[in-house]
Amino acid sequence: MSILINKNTKVITQGITGATGLFHAQGAREYGTQMVGGVTPGKGGTVIDGFPVFDTVKEAIEQTGATASVIYVPPPFAADSIMEAVDAGIELVCCITEGIPVLDMVKVKHFMKGKRTRLVGPNCPGVITPGECKIGIMPGYIHKPGKVGVVSRSGTLTYEAVWQLTCLGLGQSTCVGIGGDPVNGTNHLDVLRLFQADPDTEAVIMIGEIGGTSEEEAAYFVRDHMTKPVAAYIAGVTAPPGKRMGHAGAIISGGKGTATEKVAILRECGISVADSPAEMAQALLRIYQP
Amino acid sequence: MNIHEYQAKAILRKFGVPVPDGHVCYNSAGAREWAKRLGDGPWVVKAQIHAGGRGKGGGVKLARTPDEVRNISREMLGMILRTHQTGAEGKLVTRVLVENGCNIANELYVSLLVDRATSKVTVMASTEGGMDIEEVAAKTPEKIFTEAIDPLVGLTAFQCRNIAFSLGLSGKLVNKATAVLQGLYKTFIACDCSMLEINPLVVTAENNLIALDAKFGFDDNAIFRHPKIADMRDYDEEDPNEVEASQHDLSYVSLTGNIGCLVNGAGLAMATMDIIKHYSGDPANFLDVGGGATIERVTEAFKIILSDKNVKGILVNIFGGIMKCDIIATGVVEAAKQVSLTVPLVVRLEGTNVARGKEILAESGLNIVSADGMADAAQKIVAAVKGAN
Repeated sequence: MSILINKNTKVITQGITGATGLFHAQGAREYGTQMVGGVTPGKGGTVIDGFPVFDTVKEAIEQTGATASVIYVPPPFAADSIMEAVDAGIELVCCITEGIPVLDMVKVKHFMKGKRTRLVGPNCPGVITPGECKIGIMPGYIHKPGKVGVVSRSGTLTYEAVWQLTCLGLGQSTCVGIGGDPVNGTNHLDVLRLFQADPDTEAVIMIGEIGGTSEEEAAYFVRDHMTKPVAAYIAGVTAPPGKRMGHAGAIISGGKGTATEKVAILRECGISVADSPAEMAQALLRIYQP
Repeated sequence: MNIHEYQAKAILRKFGVPVPDGHVCYNSAGAREWAKRLGDGPWVVKAQIHAGGRGKGGGVKLARTPDEVRNISREMLGMILRTHQTGAEGKLVTRVLVENGCNIANELYVSLLVDRATSKVTVMASTEGGMDIEEVAAKTPEKIFTEAIDPLVGLTAFQCRNIAFSLGLSGKLVNKATAVLQGLYKTFIACDCSMLEINPLVVTAENNLIALDAKFGFDDNAIFRHPKIADMRDYDEEDPNEVEASQHDLSYVSLTGNIGCLVNGAGLAMATMDIIKHYSGDPANFLDVGGGATIERVTEAFKIILSDKNVKGILVNIFGGIMKCDIIATGVVEAAKQVSLTVPLVVRLEGTNVARGKEILAESGLNIVSADGMADAAQKIVAAVKGAN
């Protein structure tokens, strides 16, 4: 077991004929993911490196039985691609694309109301269930199958946490990159809820950063509803207010969303917070006996 | 991206939001002429810089005669204006806005922003116009009123009336407020704003509403569909290193410390700054080279870091996923040679092709300190910089 994806998940790539889309579709296939095809409007009926290409997501689902989609479409068109996948009724969409206008995402969120699809991202590394299924741009080999769930807004910082776990012999159940944008499909709380319900996840590392209140909301859920140990790290203690730190959502505005404030709330809620990004796995081991 | 007040008011005027008549001026003689053309006075002369708190710093002044407009403009143009938002170094004033004054009966606050919690554009209004809204929110949250906007329907008239009544407006002012708020929402959507703030929105003695100041923040991700707004960018208002970095697709933010950082990924870049601080060092910058860094980009990144004269050492922290460590290592060696590096350099590599990457660094013959893990890397660079002092 795991969350969101497993060895039976059939995946399509939207934007598969682009260089990035194809590269990562191949990478996913090499990892063992059932990458069953892709979508590029206008190129339906062709085959690229063994992947059948379809004009629409709907057609791709009908022909391949895909239940998940990953999007590498350029930012001006990515919101439309998400909505196409949602409209086709797919279960999971991972949008890797960085740089989608925030008002496009406001529309997407509205469009998704009442629909069955879960969106992860945008501006995220994707989701991986080690040894079973990899959807996204993360390097597969740093992961190891196991019992620790990881959820994070940042890509490389997730790799850092995963690598620390793997080096200590601790495998991961599923790692979810929720992305660094202010308006996104899935937040920390959503993923914690899934980890709490997943019998094969024993403990969780949550990685957050400055901006917004996603980490705080997740912390209250941990305090009130979670029985599994949770460790965390919040990036951006040294970030100055009013400056966007790379991610569109990583900004302290109106005195809100500082790392110090987040860390304090997380600790109050019983989460083991790492003082240093080099100690994320150790912070978990302080409260978790594998 | 931000713009000047006079540009903001020009946009608002286009969308039917009432603003005072005025004109931007680059010299004092022009300011005097424009004052005469605008009306009979009094006028307000406002220094145009991208920072709030101008009034307290002497950047907003009232003039009773055209000659006074000229004299005030002469003083302001070329002055270094310091406010709580500019920092101690201040900003050079190169242009002033001359506009007609108005009879202020009451000052209100209105802003629009994308609320992350609801994923909706939200109007925020307060009776405490002219104040620092963050302070109002902290001390008297009951004086702030919000309405979340349905993206399909837009800002409805009843929502505008709700806000107007909350602000204590009555009679014809309620309808006027509705028009202003809907104009602001139209502007926000049409221009892909991330923030639009009117502080203050003034009720005049003649019972009109007028946007006396205006501050726009634009969504950088949407600028591509607004070339006219992109042209309004004033590079003089930005940190030159940040401008240079953005031209090379590098995400860079200048800080005040002495340890330069070069990292892949925004989260890891923030974490690198934090761990330097954790070991009692002080980061000089945030720099994310991104996932597709080339040798050229790494070289540019080094140049930008080194152009900050405070930098006494550099920490490179790479977790190679898609980006391969051997490529980064080659880039680092190449860059170190090109910029003839003289400060200590600590490199931490992890991920794809890490062994080959470390070999390349070792074989380079350059004085590069290799580190294992973030903690080791941070301790080494902090020690190296302390040793150099």
